[in-house]
Amino acid sequence: MARLSPWQELPAGGAILPAEAEQPRTGGWRTGFRPEVDLSRCVDCLLCWLYCPDSAVRLDGTAFEGFDYDFCKGCEICAEVCPVDAIEMVVE
Amino acid sequence: MTPLLLTGGEAVAHAMRQIDPDVVPVYPITPQTPIIQGFAKFVADGRAHAELVNVESEHSAMSAAIGSALAGARTMTATSSQGLALMAEVVYIAASMRAPIVMALGNRALSGPINIHCDHSDSMLIRDSGVVQLFAENAQEAYDLTVLAPRVAEHPDVLLPVLVCLDGFTITHSAEPVQLLADGDVAAFVGTYTLAHRVLDVAHPATQGPFAMPDYYYEFRRQQSAAVEAAGRVLDGLADGFERLSGRRYGPVEAYRLDGAERVIVALGSTAGTVKDVVDELREEGEAVGVLKIVSYRPFPSELVRGLLADIASVIVLDRADSPGGAAPLQAELAATLYGSAAELHGHVYGLGGRDLHPRDVREIFAQHAPRYVSVRGEPCPV
Amino acid sequence: MSRLKTLVRHQNGVQPLRGGHSLCQGCGIPMVVRTVLSTIDRPTVVVNATGCLEVATTRYPTTAWTVPWLHVAFENAAAVASGVECAQRALRRRHALPSEEEVAVVVFAGDGGTYDIGLQALSGALERGHRFLFVCYDNEAYMNTGIQRSGATPFAASTTTSPAGLESFGKAQRRKDMTAIAVAHHVPYVAQAAAVHWHDLSRKVELAATADGPAFLNVLTDCPLGWGHEPRLSARVLNAAVNTLFWPLYEVLDGGYRLTYIPEPPEPIESWLGLQARFAHLLTDENRALVEEIQRQVNADWDELVARCSADAPAG
Repeated sequence: MARLSPWQELPAGGAILPAEAEQPRTGGWRTGFRPEVDLSRCVDCLLCWLYCPDSAVRLDGTAFEGFDYDFCKGCEICAEVCPVDAIEMVVE
Repeated sequence: MTPLLLTGGEAVAHAMRQIDPDVVPVYPITPQTPIIQGFAKFVADGRAHAELVNVESEHSAMSAAIGSALAGARTMTATSSQGLALMAEVVYIAASMRAPIVMALGNRALSGPINIHCDHSDSMLIRDSGVVQLFAENAQEAYDLTVLAPRVAEHPDVLLPVLVCLDGFTITHSAEPVQLLADGDVAAFVGTYTLAHRVLDVAHPATQGPFAMPDYYYEFRRQQSAAVEAAGRVLDGLADGFERLSGRRYGPVEAYRLDGAERVIVALGSTAGTVKDVVDELREEGEAVGVLKIVSYRPFPSELVRGLLADIASVIVLDRADSPGGAAPLQAELAATLYGSAAELHGHVYGLGGRDLHPRDVREIFAQHAPRYVSVRGEPCPV
Repeated sequence: MSRLKTLVRHQNGVQPLRGGHSLCQGCGIPMVVRTVLSTIDRPTVVVNATGCLEVATTRYPTTAWTVPWLHVAFENAAAVASGVECAQRALRRRHALPSEEEVAVVVFAGDGGTYDIGLQALSGALERGHRFLFVCYDNEAYMNTGIQRSGATPFAASTTTSPAGLESFGKAQRRKDMTAIAVAHHVPYVAQAAAVHWHDLSRKVELAATADGPAFLNVLTDCPLGWGHEPRLSARVLNAAVNTLFWPLYEVLDGGYRLTYIPEPPEPIESWLGLQARFAHLLTDENRALVEEIQRQVNADWDELVARCSADAPAG
């Protein structure tokens, strides 16, 4: 892992291997609201999964499983596009 | 094998044929065109098997070369002058992305005025880019250095673009006897190219060409500096093997008649050949003169040069490029190298835009009768 | 919804572009990228031009990409991709690649890296006929550097280098028709798309990715900051672009034009302009003439496109 390593230990040319790279927790960008799902309304249409700019919708196979709050920035697009109003932005 | 009568450009094209790279992106510019035309004919006749990509500018030539080299393909190209200037942005990136690319540089003056003849201003433009620059004195050296280049570029401690510099027209277009190696010998010498984190290795994906903030950029640059220095050691390490193959030995410099010399000219490229002839004549006349030809301009073999020149009374550097308002590049290099030594350092700029350097000019230089800017009209002579 | 399930399955449990990047809250780019990459059912290499997508996803030592990814500079993504494409051919010929399956080469570039500084390299790559897909995520300005005007910025839009002011109404020039420029290169597949019509985009990606030569997709992409709208309204804004005929959805397959979506009825251009702060200055009485000019341009372009599509439509 390359956390402020000496130059001798960095990969030549700055190649980053995703398997080893950290992913900053951009969930910290949220300003007080987060999406939550009413599973009884969710029809697993997968639109929220497709629309999410932060790949923060987790699936179980092809069914909605939950939001990845480590990365969700709270943009609310999922709540807007959900065709069955299953997603609500709630105060954190 | 009998030597062939080849221009420098043709000789480099033959070297490329024998290396048989995978991908060759090309864009034409005088005076490197004989190289790419010669190579294109080899491909058209099935004597070389590269993907020859006729890109739409030199900037794209180097860009395609990076994509190709990082995808694991042996990649070569050629350019000169304005072409190098246009691709300069990408040359720096090729070096920093550690892309092994071999490029023939037909040294030609930078515009303006536009001029197609030889000087070294194009090499000097990318002096600080982190690429390796090897200078040939003649067509034979242009051929040999091209054969050596992939072994330097692709070495795991190096992984950098290597430029084989040959004087425009003087070498690229002048025919000389050139001893080619056997095809099989070149193939065995250059071997196969393998690279970690190949772009096409989808099972092991890597992100290449990232964005680096002040907390990381400097370390990558330091790493690059070490890689250029490693190229010097790699070149040294290849000397024995190449000599066994060819009978010719290459080091970072060629010291010609330095023994007992009081005055030594330091030069790059074909001019070193001219100076050798004058050195021979002057030695016959009892003058203690010699010439130090720099082969590896980057990395510059500073310690070696200092060792060879530290006791010379007068070191005269010839620059075929200028740095207006400051010290000419090779002179600056020698000044840094010789700082603190007893040698007296003199410098001249000559030959810009293809202005010939005649043997009589070299005599005047050795005699310290030449102006700083040699053979330009209107320059006052030193008293 | 079977197409979306197919996209999910193509990912094999690994998002090609994962979370943790620093693209804006509500950025329209990732949806384009993820739709493209999860549609292509082959291993893929991404070549990315400098811009929002590249900068925000690869700050060393982090990366949001789980596919092989290469960035070199701003204007040369198409040239870099050409090199990768040639390398694949050369290496495959001598059986030097780890797998026999053809790797798709996909370029992502913003409108700056496509219409302007990237135009030369793109044109060269299209002319040479490389097998690759070039996707322009067109958000109509140089967003990464602070919303400066590009050749893709629409007429009268306000940007930081063509700001609306007391003596200016914003960008004085019409935007280039980059899609038409691509078509003029006689390549197998060119299309215009928008991620809000994701099924259409995905179908176009399929056609593009199987083209025997270059394919060019021009995908209108919203930028909440640069366009001036709330991030959550992304879909609404892009729908307005399509429904007002500002951004027609069409494809050109082997030179034959076909509209892939016809809004019925089309909405007036104010429906598009009114949603974005970059056009807010136009919605005054003094600027009525400009809005009419925009409407006239949109109508004329649409009529011309319809005529071309009718000419190419199969007879009968």
